Amino acid sequence: MQAFTQLTGLVAPLDRANVDTDAIIPKQFLKSIKRAGFGPYLFDEWRYLDHGEPDMDCTNRPINPDFVLNKAQYQQAEILLTRENFGCGSSREHAPWALADFGFRVIIAPSFADIFYNNCFKNGLLPIVLSTETVDQLFGELVDGYQLTVDLSSQKIITAAAASIHFELDENRKYRLLNGLDDIGLTLQQADEIRTYERQRAKIAPWLFVD
Amino acid sequence: MSGKTLYDKLWEEHVVFTEDDGSSLIYIDRQLLHEVTSPQAFEGLRLAGRQVWNASRNLAVADHNVPTTERDKGIADSVSRLQVETLDKNCTEFGITEFTMTDHRQGIVHVIGPEQGATLPGMTVVCGDSHTSTHGASGALAFGIGTSEVEHVLATQCLVQKKAKNLLIQIDGQVGIGITAKDIVLAIIGTIGTAGGNGYTIEFAGAAIRALSMEGRMTVCNMAIEAGARAGLIAVDDVTIDYYRDRPYSPKGSDWFMAERMWQHLHSDDDAVFDKVVKIDASLIKPQVTWGTSPELVIAIDEKIPNPAQEADAVKQQSMVRALDYMGLKAGQAITDIAVDKVFIGSCTNSRIEDLRAAAAIAKGRKIASTIQLALVVPGSGLVKMQAEAEGLDKIFIHAGFEWREPGCSMCLAMNADRLAAGERCASTSNRNFEGRQGYGGRTHLVSPAMAAAAAIAGHFVDVRQF
Ligand code: SF4
Repeated sequence: MQAFTQLTGLVAPLDRANVDTDAIIPKQFLKSIKRAGFGPYLFDEWRYLDHGEPDMDCTNRPINPDFVLNKAQYQQAEILLTRENFGCGSSREHAPWALADFGFRVIIAPSFADIFYNNCFKNGLLPIVLSTETVDQLFGELVDGYQLTVDLSSQKIITAAAASIHFELDENRKYRLLNGLDDIGLTLQQADEIRTYERQRAKIAPWLFVD
Repeated sequence: MSGKTLYDKLWEEHVVFTEDDGSSLIYIDRQLLHEVTSPQAFEGLRLAGRQVWNASRNLAVADHNVPTTERDKGIADSVSRLQVETLDKNCTEFGITEFTMTDHRQGIVHVIGPEQGATLPGMTVVCGDSHTSTHGASGALAFGIGTSEVEHVLATQCLVQKKAKNLLIQIDGQVGIGITAKDIVLAIIGTIGTAGGNGYTIEFAGAAIRALSMEGRMTVCNMAIEAGARAGLIAVDDVTIDYYRDRPYSPKGSDWFMAERMWQHLHSDDDAVFDKVVKIDASLIKPQVTWGTSPELVIAIDEKIPNPAQEADAVKQQSMVRALDYMGLKAGQAITDIAVDKVFIGSCTNSRIEDLRAAAAIAKGRKIASTIQLALVVPGSGLVKMQAEAEGLDKIFIHAGFEWREPGCSMCLAMNADRLAAGERCASTSNRNFEGRQGYGGRTHLVSPAMAAAAAIAGHFVDVRQF
């Protein structure tokens, strides 16, 4: 997994609540058996005026000039600022894959849907929860070229005006993300414990272990 | 010390070990797989040269992309076909049981799990699909995961998780005639909102929940995710145990008696403490219809669409305005004045035998309105379809003008050929009314199977209680 340590990046605002995974990456793109290449289809129904299909070349598609990510100043954005319950809906990991493929590394919102939040960490994407007031304040401060610095080890965001905002994060997730650790490899180090657990469980619930 | 909730018990039974920071390695008893969220997981295993920990803990089925007509002709869309073939190939390579597209047991992953007894009370169940919450109806801890976690479970049979908080939703009293599990769960979401369950495992309890069949309980737990909770739970009782007797994967012989005894404990203790409790009076629940693009934008059939101008919260107000615009509706409009173009009865929320019976009871001896372009009935599995046909439900539907299809996800998310065209309006028994969910530009209203059937007959939404 890709590690995340520190980033200073351009912020794009997506001023909507309950942005669902169907909006982040519509279902037709889920037919892919690959993990990469979803970036051009991120927010497909909002971003383009036509209907997108997998493997379409997006360079010539009619874009929706009103959609925020189409504005020239946000093309290189790495931080997405948005509203509550971001990523609600399905468990599709294609949503964080598409956001990461577009170039986002950080998403800031007052709340995230649980599965989406979890999926972000598997893909080097850092979801940051801030209070509704702080998110409001950041939306208020946002001007062209607005940047934020995010430091994972100190759990701090530094704003353009040099204000420091602390964010909460579970230690285990932070450790894994900082070091870009392979989750499966780590768990397999506990293979003996897992086998011991299975043996005990097979005694009290043998039917679970009937092949 | 206070007692334990059902969730506490299930969690503790599955902890392999807990780290200092409180995150735990949790053992997973059953993983269900489908074609959409598994290819990259198998690919990951191959790239890392890893084995599957225990193939028999997994059960796979193709459901999202499969056509609901002329299945023997295969899948016309080559991209969809490749995805289904990839699942077949992966299951063969890793020795995982799969109900392939032409198997009579094939169906929606969340319908076949309980139907086969492959997901049982007391289990931990995962699937790369958010509606895995459905299986919590049997007192199993069941939740959706992403593809990286699917790979993790394939390789280790475990997941690293943090325990969620406990939310009790208690539906006291009895629902009125014509009110179904779907109306109950939509009313819950209308009350607590789509983020109301974030960070919680919800236990649904109370007399109105106890009175539901297993099918109804599955409908309620299915939509726990729409209330923001990864998992929904219902305590085990005789209804649960009777349901699982003699299912193909259910314990047999002495194992069954052992299991039955163990399952009796799968309920919250009387003195268990929940982090949050929400109480709803069942007698006040009316038939529900969503009017917006989020399941929380829901009202009763006899209400009028709310006015965003009266919403104090600016973010909510803006969502309401957007939703009205997308749905082509106006504040103040009566729900019963909304005409529909298509009707979809199906999905892992409402495609079980009881759902089809409820819809057929409305359709019996009637005809769908001439303005309805398509009314689909898509059974949740091959076995549901066979049962319905044995009861003659297919004839009732076909006679009324509905199409009777092969099992699958179908127009719930329109990955196959069944979908809405832009601007079309659908009365749907599925679980999500997001923009574009049932087809680009399509407009979805979530309702119960009886309400969907009634809308098909009338051509617009009607109160099924007066139908
Ligand atoms: S029926 Fe719909 S919600 Fe259920 S698994 Fe299929 S696509 Fe998902």
